[in-house]
Amino acid sequence: MLFPLPQAPRSRRVVVTGAGIITAFGAGWRINAEGFRAGRSALRPVTLFDVSRQRCKMAAEIDLTEDLPRTRLSRGEIRRIHRAARLLLLAGHEAWSQSGWKPRDGLPVVLGTTSGEMSLGQEYLLQALRSPHCFKRQPTRVAHYLVQQQGITLSRALGFEGCLTTISNACASGANAIGHAWEMVRQGRAECALTGGYDALCHLTFAGFDSLQALSPSPCRPFDARRDGLSLGEGAAVLALESLARAQGRGAEILGEIIGYGATTDTHHLTQPHPEGRAALAAMKAACIGAGVTPDQIDYVNAHGTATPQNDASEAAAINAWAGPRAASLPVSSTKAGVGHLLGAAGAVEAAVCLMALRGQWFPPQASLDTPDPACFFPIVRRPANAKMNIALSNSFGFGGANATLIFRRWS
Amino acid sequence: MSRVFVHGQGAVSPAGWGVPALRASLEQGRPLPVQSVPRHGWDKPLPVRAVPPPPARPAFLAHARLRRASPMTHHVVGAALEALGGDEALVNSGALRLGIVSCTMTGGLSYSRRFYQEVMQDPAQASPLLFSETVFNAPASHLAAYLDTSIVNYTLVGDAGAFLQGLAVAAQWLDDGVAEACLVIGAEESDWTAADALRLFERHTVHTAGAGALYLKAQSPAATPVELAAVTDSFPATCAADCGESAHRMRAQLPAGTPAELLCSNESGNAAWSGWRGGCFTPKVVLGEAFAALAAWQCAAACDAIQRGKYEAANVSITGARRQTIGARFVKPKYQTTEPSQPP
Repeated sequence: MLFPLPQAPRSRRVVVTGAGIITAFGAGWRINAEGFRAGRSALRPVTLFDVSRQRCKMAAEIDLTEDLPRTRLSRGEIRRIHRAARLLLLAGHEAWSQSGWKPRDGLPVVLGTTSGEMSLGQEYLLQALRSPHCFKRQPTRVAHYLVQQQGITLSRALGFEGCLTTISNACASGANAIGHAWEMVRQGRAECALTGGYDALCHLTFAGFDSLQALSPSPCRPFDARRDGLSLGEGAAVLALESLARAQGRGAEILGEIIGYGATTDTHHLTQPHPEGRAALAAMKAACIGAGVTPDQIDYVNAHGTATPQNDASEAAAINAWAGPRAASLPVSSTKAGVGHLLGAAGAVEAAVCLMALRGQWFPPQASLDTPDPACFFPIVRRPANAKMNIALSNSFGFGGANATLIFRRWS
Repeated sequence: MSRVFVHGQGAVSPAGWGVPALRASLEQGRPLPVQSVPRHGWDKPLPVRAVPPPPARPAFLAHARLRRASPMTHHVVGAALEALGGDEALVNSGALRLGIVSCTMTGGLSYSRRFYQEVMQDPAQASPLLFSETVFNAPASHLAAYLDTSIVNYTLVGDAGAFLQGLAVAAQWLDDGVAEACLVIGAEESDWTAADALRLFERHTVHTAGAGALYLKAQSPAATPVELAAVTDSFPATCAADCGESAHRMRAQLPAGTPAELLCSNESGNAAWSGWRGGCFTPKVVLGEAFAALAAWQCAAACDAIQRGKYEAANVSITGARRQTIGARFVKPKYQTTEPSQPP
């Protein structure tokens, strides 16, 4: 039953026993860890749709030649899988395989996305406008456009059933999804949960950000004094979360621990954050209180850092206020400079980056930065460097004022 | 054990603005009249049921965030404020920490369609004002801004069952102390593309739009309390053959029902409910298909019927568009059925 809530031990420790990731660096933990550790950039000209009439013509597009892994899906089902579901399935399969979980019923899935399979919605509308009397493929487009279908495909492929919850809180969706799943396991409402975020590039979203003049014509430069907008990307990351007791009981390999989550709403404007980053500050504070840590104990911040003038100014103000004197020595970077802004997948991919960095003991350098904005009181990681890290914090902020912060601890 | 009580309900539907209009339509039980929307490329228009204009211009439309917002946002705010009632002032003053869970399947479809049509004509000329309203969480964000609440705010996207999942999320927030009160809203928007797509699956079902809301707290209200007694597990049906089995598994988690109870289902003739001895209504027959909004109206109507003393308890049964089956149960707080659960 989803309600009444089960009476179970609360405030349990929650660990990550599986992680899957796909970005423009490639599919899989290893290739992404190499890319993020080196601070590479995967931005390139867009080929998926026509951008000749847009200001911006680049994105971190994935070369999706990867074969799908063998799963329980039939050939017919595989044929109908589109781009976003494919990204989710690749990341989900990696996390599932790594976790060592077996097919079972009752496994909750919490996912985040902003647009699901929007490109199918576009195809549907195009055909309805250009060939209104032709219904060929239209029912399939509708069925697979619906956001819940991508999660259903994942659960069918891996052979489990359970409550599927999809959170669409704009660019904080992935972080909100992980935070919500973490709360479920922490509060004893589930023993384990599969969670993450995904989004694929599509013309509507690309044109939308371009219309807002939020896209940079050149590779984005988060926290740069002359930053002029974001770069879009696509991808997915999925984490297998479970209680520490369960993970240790079955001898699972533990990749890291999630220790804090804060979520708030910025009511300043639909698409612009409060200039002082009040809700961002509240999210970071809430996550720290939940985790029982202070800014002095945080070793690295993976910033939301979109490279829009408003976001970075607001986030810098929030980090400065939250960290206080610690800001002067607190390493911060935005990995969006490497793989673009992944929208609903951003929070999940950046969670995976934090886990990689904690596990590998390195700071993820930012792929591009010329002149740091003097409003940043903190150092921005610009070059690959080994590090002694125990705790990392990741920020995700979205349209509509959705703000989420996650805190991770190294497992040793 | 944590308890959750319904402190108010709201509805903006084809029946009109407010729960009384919804109640009157459901009590009459006749399908509401349909309107027509032009269907691109066809002479014959599509039948829909639209939300009628409000009897008077709502005061909330003067808010800066709501002037250019989509019709869906207006419906969300209308239903939410009705459910909140007098507590709106408490939220506005910061005296009450309100969480918001907004649920939808298709989201702000009309603005998305208009924006993409502009993109197809010339991407360089597409309107940024339209684009920002296309994000799924725009209505919830506008509502939070109107109420000036910066507490946690989720938009759940899924089929009609997402609304019942939203009730469970709100119950978790209340239990964890994340919020002192929660609004759970279900909303959908009308557009010819949605009506056109629905016909591919349900040829004779009329697409409709609007919003419904429940306002929840952990403490019982002083007058006419209704308690959220259960939200069942979500049972996915992965092929047509096991839809019925999912429905039976859902029903097995709810008490069997007595003549003093109401069944409010989004499907008529669901075999899992055969043998039901209580009252029964199917709002979809009267109002049309509105996915998450329909689920919200079902819950609002069920709570309203209990409050007005017509029933002691009500079961809400949802079979979603992608065949998730899920149920919820509302009761008068001291009511206890003596009937056993159904065998699985």
